[in-house]
Amino acid sequence: MSLDPHTGGSPHNGLFVNGLCKSYGPVQVLADASFEVRPGEVVALLGENGAGKSTVSNIIAGSIKPDAGTIIWRGKPYSPANPAAAIEAGVGMIHQELKLLPDLSVAENVYVGRLPMRGGRIDRTTMNAKASAQLKRLGLDVSPERKVRTLRVAAQQQVEIAKALTLNAELLILDEPTAALGGEETELLFQQIRKLKAEGMSFIYISHRLDEIAQIADRVVVMRDGRIVARHERADIPVRTVVEQMVGRSVERMFPKLSPPGDKILLEVENLSSPERSFNNVSFSVKSGEILGIAGLIGAGRTELVRAIAGADPISSGAVRVAGQPIHLSGPAAAIKAGVVLVPEDRKAQGVVLEQTIGENLAIGNFDHVAPKGWVFPKAVQKFAEAGISRLGVKGRPNQAVSKLSGGNQQKVIIAKWVSRPPKVFILDEPTRGIDVGARAAIYDVIADLARSGMAVVVVSSDLEEVLGLSHRVLVLSRGRQRGILDRDEASNVAVMELATS
Amino acid sequence: MAVSNETSELKAGTGAAQAASGAKLSALFAGTMGPMIGLVLLCLALALTTDTFLTFRNILNVLDQVTVLGIMAIGMTLVILIGGIDLSVGSVLALASMVMGYVAYPDYLNLGVPVGIAAALVVAALCGLVSGLLVTVTKLPPFIATLAMMSVARGLANMITDGSQIVGFPDWFTNLSIVRHFGFLSVTVGLMIVLAIVFAVFLNYRATGRSLYAIGGSAEVARLSGIPVKSLTNWVYAICGLLAGLAGIVLAARLDSVQPSSGVGYELDTIAAVVIGGASLSGGIGSIGGTAIGVLIIGVLRNGLNLLGVSPFVQQVVIGVVIALAVATDTWRRRTQ
Repeated sequence: MSLDPHTGGSPHNGLFVNGLCKSYGPVQVLADASFEVRPGEVVALLGENGAGKSTVSNIIAGSIKPDAGTIIWRGKPYSPANPAAAIEAGVGMIHQELKLLPDLSVAENVYVGRLPMRGGRIDRTTMNAKASAQLKRLGLDVSPERKVRTLRVAAQQQVEIAKALTLNAELLILDEPTAALGGEETELLFQQIRKLKAEGMSFIYISHRLDEIAQIADRVVVMRDGRIVARHERADIPVRTVVEQMVGRSVERMFPKLSPPGDKILLEVENLSSPERSFNNVSFSVKSGEILGIAGLIGAGRTELVRAIAGADPISSGAVRVAGQPIHLSGPAAAIKAGVVLVPEDRKAQGVVLEQTIGENLAIGNFDHVAPKGWVFPKAVQKFAEAGISRLGVKGRPNQAVSKLSGGNQQKVIIAKWVSRPPKVFILDEPTRGIDVGARAAIYDVIADLARSGMAVVVVSSDLEEVLGLSHRVLVLSRGRQRGILDRDEASNVAVMELATS
Repeated sequence: MAVSNETSELKAGTGAAQAASGAKLSALFAGTMGPMIGLVLLCLALALTTDTFLTFRNILNVLDQVTVLGIMAIGMTLVILIGGIDLSVGSVLALASMVMGYVAYPDYLNLGVPVGIAAALVVAALCGLVSGLLVTVTKLPPFIATLAMMSVARGLANMITDGSQIVGFPDWFTNLSIVRHFGFLSVTVGLMIVLAIVFAVFLNYRATGRSLYAIGGSAEVARLSGIPVKSLTNWVYAICGLLAGLAGIVLAARLDSVQPSSGVGYELDTIAAVVIGGASLSGGIGSIGGTAIGVLIIGVLRNGLNLLGVSPFVQQVVIGVVIALAVATDTWRRRTQ
């Protein structure tokens, strides 16, 4: 790129990032990062976890200071001392974990810290009217007086965007904005981005979902190990090319070859319904060695369904049989005893105890194996953990804290926790959410291995490509109803989406 | 009840622990390096500034003085480990001691001290169980549930004798805290030490004990892993209540009297001891070894300040500063790890 504003003069009024470096102790997390964002364009910033995307974004948003390098923003040197200074200069960041105050109203959240005052009191009329105008600009029909807690995640995100708009943001950094969104919600977000883009706003768009990039981005910057390894002037580049640049090696195949399933039916679900009607009359069966994918939009009831099968949530009617035996779904303990295990959706909140070691995490749920007569000895836990670690290829030691592991390795720890029992039915809910593209292939291999070893496997995923690539059959849910079960050869992107949106 | 069960487990446990590895005692004090250094420095300072601190007699005094706090702190450690808190222990202590006095004392039911003790322990455990049920069934935050129990138990303690104290128990009872067997060990101090060992072994080597760490780390992870979170939570609060009741009986033996106003503010001392010992109020981190050190720090500090002639008012200030210092250094240490 020959766009050095010092030598060539500034060809546009956007953002120039020049040679940013950042180290923590001996670890260099960012090395000589340079790129530009022109007014009115969306630049996608891609890379695995730890590639340096967040560091760059946080430097631009003012929450981290670089060791070296400069930024030019709208023709002037820009080095924000803190996020407030960045916002003052028109640079906003929407974090993946939304930073809203759940018990305040939408308008209060939009204007928090700068509530309009009149005569020493908060001018609610003005505040609500102004907030309402911004929400309308985003095409959002929500009362400004509604509490944020009562909104869906997608709407909460739009409140954050509305907040940035009222702060006159000219550059918005979106960190994985679609991670928690369903298809329709993602589409709405894209529409809003396109609209704001037309008004001259610039975006830095960070995402793990490569299929979105072609839809929304104008240009692509790929990072790896703290460096920028590729810049693409167009966004419609093959996914494989981007993935290879991200992981730094060629990716042969993402999905493992599936072995044909056995004959024995291990899991039978009959007319299962939830008390809250989040799923209704769902029936299916999974054979030994078979992987059943469950697809659907957010809110279709996928997570609720698998949680109920694993005993985590109550059911109102229906039955579950494992290897022909009906199981009493009184709680997770009963399901685990019957051979049904769940790798839950939210790894950090439901899957692992972060501050405990790998060994301790593996022991939870297996005290019946590692603790004969209830006695737990560090050596036994160590031995048990070593076996699990080597079986799943976890990069870590038994006495290492799980919080220090990458997402992919944490997920392997959760799988390792169950695999030795061995279970009959293995359920995985969003097994690769928030996991690096390079590490996903390893998780897919593990899942295929589980099936190959004779378990019945159920995989829930919002990533359609993942469901299609990994499953023998795909069950599609829409608004809690079972819309159909597609065989591998008839399950296409289009066929699944047709059912999911029906 | 639970105590006798644990004693039988202890015998098997210590034997098995020794068999597994001789050096495992260090595991009981794992992660308590900071508080331990603090305690050693404190003792060194007092040994240098007073000529009475480091005498055999005074060390025994310190142990006598911390028995009530120590026994309560064991229960509180369990509660804090699972991410809870119990504000009712001071009141439950008072209620239990009043129940004992009422059942045992000639002017009232006159059923004898042993029956009184049994009744007191049952009532105390029930108080804890009710707190537990308020947390697990009614879904009250532990702070609120035990705040309610704190008030209820205190009121009940006062209702028993309409606020008056009961003085004078049989000699054999008061001797439990006075007579030093083998020249050093009173029954009450011995009881505290045995309980500490039993619960340390329980937390380190029993599946149920390890489960408490999992619950404190993340109750949802524990539940999805098949751990009976609700029933364990109920048990933990019941045991905390039971131990508070036991502490009430020890206090009665030490004072040769029971009064409904005893134990006011003890819950805060107890929480302080557990926290100084390195436990995290958000749960999942802590140990009996750490708590023992925390209890000793408070005990030694009080004793030392008395020896130095520091007024009780200044003592309160010093203890407050120590709590802040202990937790601040601990937080700092964790962050730099």
